[in-house]
This record gives sequence, structure tokens and C-alpha cells, in this order.
Amino acid sequence: MNKKINKPSEKDFNSPYEFGFETDIETVFAPKGLNEDVVRFISDKKEEPKWLLDWRLDSYNRWLKMKEPDWSSLRYPKIDYQDAYYFSAPKEIEKPKSLDEVDPKLIETYNKLGIPLKEQEWLAGVAVDAVFDSVSLGTTFKEKLKEDGVIFCSFSEAVKEHPEIIKKYLGTVVPNSDNFFATLNSAVFSDGSFVYIPPGVTCPMELSTYFRINAAGTGQFERTLLIADEDSYVSYLEGCTAPMRDEHQLHAAVVELVALKGAEIKYSTVQNWYPGDEKGKGGVYNFVTKRGDCRGDNSKISWTQVETGSAITWKYPSCILKGDNSSGEFHSIAISNNYQQVDSGTKMLHLGKNTKSRIISKGVSSGSSSNTYRGQVNIHPKSENSRNFTQCDSLLLTGNCSATTIPYVESKNKTSTIEHEATSSKISEDQLFYCLQRGLDEEEAIALIVNGFCKEVLQKLPMEFAVEAQKLLEISLEGSVG
Amino acid sequence: MSGNLLEINDLHVNAGDKEILKGLNLSIPFNEIHAIMGPNGSGKSVLSNVLSGNEDYKVTSGQIIFKNKNITELKPNEISNLGLFMAFQYPLEIPGVTIMNFLKTIHEANRRANGLEVLGPSDFLKYVREKAEILGINDEVLKRQLNVGFSGGEKKRNETLQLLVLNPVLTILDETDSGLDVDALDIVSDGIVGMKNEENSFLVITHYRKLLDKLSPSKVHILVDGRIVESGGPDLADKIENKGFESFN
Repeated sequence: MNKKINKPSEKDFNSPYEFGFETDIETVFAPKGLNEDVVRFISDKKEEPKWLLDWRLDSYNRWLKMKEPDWSSLRYPKIDYQDAYYFSAPKEIEKPKSLDEVDPKLIETYNKLGIPLKEQEWLAGVAVDAVFDSVSLGTTFKEKLKEDGVIFCSFSEAVKEHPEIIKKYLGTVVPNSDNFFATLNSAVFSDGSFVYIPPGVTCPMELSTYFRINAAGTGQFERTLLIADEDSYVSYLEGCTAPMRDEHQLHAAVVELVALKGAEIKYSTVQNWYPGDEKGKGGVYNFVTKRGDCRGDNSKISWTQVETGSAITWKYPSCILKGDNSSGEFHSIAISNNYQQVDSGTKMLHLGKNTKSRIISKGVSSGSSSNTYRGQVNIHPKSENSRNFTQCDSLLLTGNCSATTIPYVESKNKTSTIEHEATSSKISEDQLFYCLQRGLDEEEAIALIVNGFCKEVLQKLPMEFAVEAQKLLEISLEGSVG
Repeated sequence: MSGNLLEINDLHVNAGDKEILKGLNLSIPFNEIHAIMGPNGSGKSVLSNVLSGNEDYKVTSGQIIFKNKNITELKPNEISNLGLFMAFQYPLEIPGVTIMNFLKTIHEANRRANGLEVLGPSDFLKYVREKAEILGINDEVLKRQLNVGFSGGEKKRNETLQLLVLNPVLTILDETDSGLDVDALDIVSDGIVGMKNEENSFLVITHYRKLLDKLSPSKVHILVDGRIVESGGPDLADKIENKGFESFN
């Protein structure tokens, strides 16, 4: 069916609340490019309060004055920010009509992961209605959380239902002046997740974005805000092991975590966006700002990530250790194959007394990829008796790839200590032959060795994620040797 | 076709440009233990590697027939899954992979390759414990990372455990006795003797006779400069003990 899309005229842009876009829900979208009117349009479509619109506009105006960072080791063609859709790209664009039109390699991967057909269609972005029956699942889930007073909903819903919490915390961890990509996100964020755990509550289940599928298609400028009130606990799972096909090349998400006194947040991510093909064509550019604030004493935030997707990954989940005795952890596995480029790591900012941080990073590179760990540990003058331990290990599978470790460390307090260990190794021919002699084929052998290498981090993942993640490592490295 | 488990016919093998094996012939029937002895550099280790399909070495002519199948061009894993096991002289470390996990992975690969059903977790655990007990390996050891932090002798014991778990038809012991103390030698050789039956055979590569005394091979072959220069009974090992390899040159 060929739907006609009314392009907005110049005049439409000048009227603040009437945009004259086609009202049919299926085809509502903002035109290509970014300007104040597009920001207003987004806010209007979401029926946001004025303070949020003002915040978006403030962000937009800050963004205009900012420069895209160029300090990373990533190399990519210049992004034309005016050549992108910032709200609901027209549905006719690039949507495959059936799985037959989707990259057969992707389908092969789905089959290997054992993903049911219906779900495959949803993941691949096939243009069919209600491909995934989540209603019953979603409802029972919500009821259970409600009993404990846990709020878990989309960001847009939270703006309507809990504006006071959003207003209190939004931008307090990642301010809208933070960095180019975070500021862009603050201006145009589409949707995301909101979580609030009341004081003293241990969230009765792992919260997973996978179940909150109404967030599908909002991956481009996702915004997540998670608040763990005093003495509460939550484990949050983001992403899923199945690779998501996405028509947007540019992704710039923001995640803000706040842990109040005695609270603990465990945030696990499996990032598996489309990495591009074997020749380095296509793939998602992923510029993510994730930061957790251990605002209260004795609070704890731990990040665990398995990064296998995206053509470009720019991501440094960080912790601000403000409360005394607070602790931050970062456990990461970053796999790069073919022409993928990863520049990822963490920042640990020790402000409070007796704060602790622990960084375990495992980089596995193959093909012609490049994989950089970039981390910063900073202990402030008043942060007494604080400790950091960092361990960065790289494993190289082929001669063409590269692995780099760039740690920045600074301690301004004599009673505090920083420890850093780094190793770099190659899978040896002998190791491979040994496994082959025992009957494993080359891919099984590599998977086994890589899983062993990553074990310390895999163990940090929640059980149900860990098994899938292992399988994912295997698939991500397919065809990497031989 | 012959009833031999292994037949090597006029095998020539290069390492790089250098010819190492220069027309080697060897037959091993079922239910026998054969030993190959030879001085350093005679090609003993190259032979075991070539039999296992190691692509570092190039077969320039000749054939390796295993279970009546020409395996000369097969990949190491294909040869392994036909039932050929090589106990390494220097077993490799695989950090982060427990012995138990490794055993499970290789056992499953082997079963699958042979169209057999994979054992369930509890059956497999029982099976491994049975084998581990023969070698005096306890559950705590099974949880350790494969060969990481093990002594030379302990690594050989781990090799023997893999051998018992996979239960191959042909086992090549590549200097398994080197680096073993007397107790470890007893444990390993008892394990091998216990595994021996009418349907399998062993090829023991060594330059000591200690292990041969334990295993009492049916045949001893002398490998010098890439060829078998003499074959005989166990008394051949005595001859070497007394006169050295020089007499065969």
C-alpha cells in the first residue's frame, strides 16, 4: 500500500503547536534534520510539560555550540546530523516486508540462538502488526512489581505519571551540558525506561527491557533513568542477546543511575546491534553515555556489559562515588570482529571516604577490528582510604586486529591506592591444535578459549543472561580464524 | 584390506623445507602396544603430530590408513573423532576453562561426531568421577582450570584423564613418561593398562624404557633419521639400554 506523506511546509514550522503533519498515527514523523521546531515537535507529540520542553531546548542550544569529540581511537565518516530523522522515520523506509528480505546471516544467527519465528520478525523490524504477544506476560509482571511499589515503565509514561520524580533526578547524573552525544540525546530523546525502587525494597525480579517491548523502535535516542531509594536493591538487564536490526545508523543513548544511601544497583547490558557486514559496510554507530551516581553512603553500583555489536562503540559506563564507603564496579567483555571499532571503558570518580572501585575489562579482537580500553580512575583529595583495582586483558585472534589499553589514573590522596594490571595475549596455534586434537572444530575451540578468557565477567551476569551471552560470544566470532 | 588398526605406508613428511620422515612404514594391529624409540631429532614427535593431523607438517608422499580409512588429508578434529588420541608431551593450558568443562565439551563433540547421544549432566559426572578415581583425581581438581598451575606430572595425569574419558581406539603417548616421578608413572601406566582391551591399541613414543617395563609392549620399533630401522620384541629395548642408538646408524 502506498501511503501519501504530507511534507510539512515552511509555514508549519513557524506555528509552535500546530505542525500540520499528517495526523494518521502510522505516518507521523518529523522531517529530516534537526532544529528547534523538531525539538518542539517531539516534545509536543509526547505531550510533555513545559519544563521538559525548556530543558530539551536548552540542551539543543548547548549542543549547537558543542564539538563532536575526536579524542577516541574511532575512525568513521563525518556524520551529517541534518541528514537524519529525529522522530519516527517514515514507515515506508527500509522496513522489510518479510523475513525473506532480511540479511540471511541475521536469520541464521536467530536460528542458532533458538529464537521463535514471530520474535525474529519483531527483532528484524519486519513491518507486521502485533508480532509478539507480550500482553499477558507484561501484565502479570506489572502487578507483581506494583505490590512492592516498584515503578517500571517507559520514560514517556513516567513523565506523565511521576513528573515530580523525573524533575528531581533528570540530568542530575549526566547533565545536559555533559558531552556532545549526551546533549544531543537530551534535546531529542525518543523514549526509554524509567525505574524507581522505594526505600527498603528488594526488587522481586530482574527488570529486563526485553519484556518491556513497547520500547521497540526507540533505540536510537534512548533515555533511561533508574533510581534506587535508600536501602533498596535492583538488578536491571538491558538489551537482549538477539541482534536487533535497526534502520538508524546513529545511536546516542543516555543512562542515569542514582543509588541513595545503602542502595545497590546491578546494571547488566548485552549490546548486540548490527555490526555491519564482513567488509565493514553498514552497522550501527553507538555513542552511549552511562553514568551511575553513588549519592548516598554505603551505596553500590555495578556495571556489567557484553558488547558484541555495532560498527562503532563509544561507551564508558562510569561511577561517581560520592557517598562514603560507596563502591563501583565495571565488568566488561568487548568483542570486535571484521571491521568493528570499539573504544570503551569506564570512569571511576572517588569523592567520598573509603570508596572502592573495581574494573575488570576483557577485550577480544578478531578480523581487522580495533579494540581500545580507555579508563579513568580519579581519587580526589578528600577521598581518604579509597581503593581501586583495575585489570585489563586483551586477547587477539588474528594478526590484523589491534588491542590498546589506555588507562588514566590520578590519586590526590596519599591514603588511597590504585592498582592496575594489564595483559595482552594471542590464541596460540598450539592451544588451537590441542583442542582440535581432542575433537573440537576450530570454531568450537575458539569459543571455548574465549569463554575461558571472559569467564570472570560472564560470572557476573545474571544466570539467565550468562548462558545466552556465552552462545553469543561464539556466534560473534564465527569465521574469525581459518 | 588388512585387519590392522593403523598402517603407515612409505610416509615422507616435511617441516618447512626439511624432510623429517623419509619413507616410514609401520603397522599396528588391534589389541597391541607398540613402542617407538629413537634419539632426539629422529622424527618421533613429528610422527605423532602428523598422525594427529597437525598442519605444521606437510605429507609429501605416502599414506596413513587408520581403521581402513585414509586419514592423510584429514583435519585434526576429524582424526580425533575417528578415535585417535594423542597425549601431549607438553599439555597446553586453557585459562578460565575448568577440567570438568573441558572434558564435557570434548566428550560431547566426540559423541556428536559419532552420531551418539550426549550424556546428561548427572550421568556424565558419574562417568568422569569413575575415571578420575582410577587416577586419584578428586572433585576439587576437576574444578581447577585446565593445566593452569599444575606441575609437569600433574599435567600428564590430566592428559590420562582425558584419554580415559574419550576412550579412543588408538592412543599415541608422546613422551608421556618424561617429567613423571615414579608414583605418577605408576598411576598413569596402571590407568593405561586398565583401559587396554581387544578393540584398542597404543603407540608409545619414548626414549626411556621405564614406561615400557610397565606396559610390556608387543613390539618395539627403532626410529633413526626418519625411518624405522629395526623392529622387534621387548628385548630390543634392552639392546638400546646397553648399546645406545649409535649401533643402528
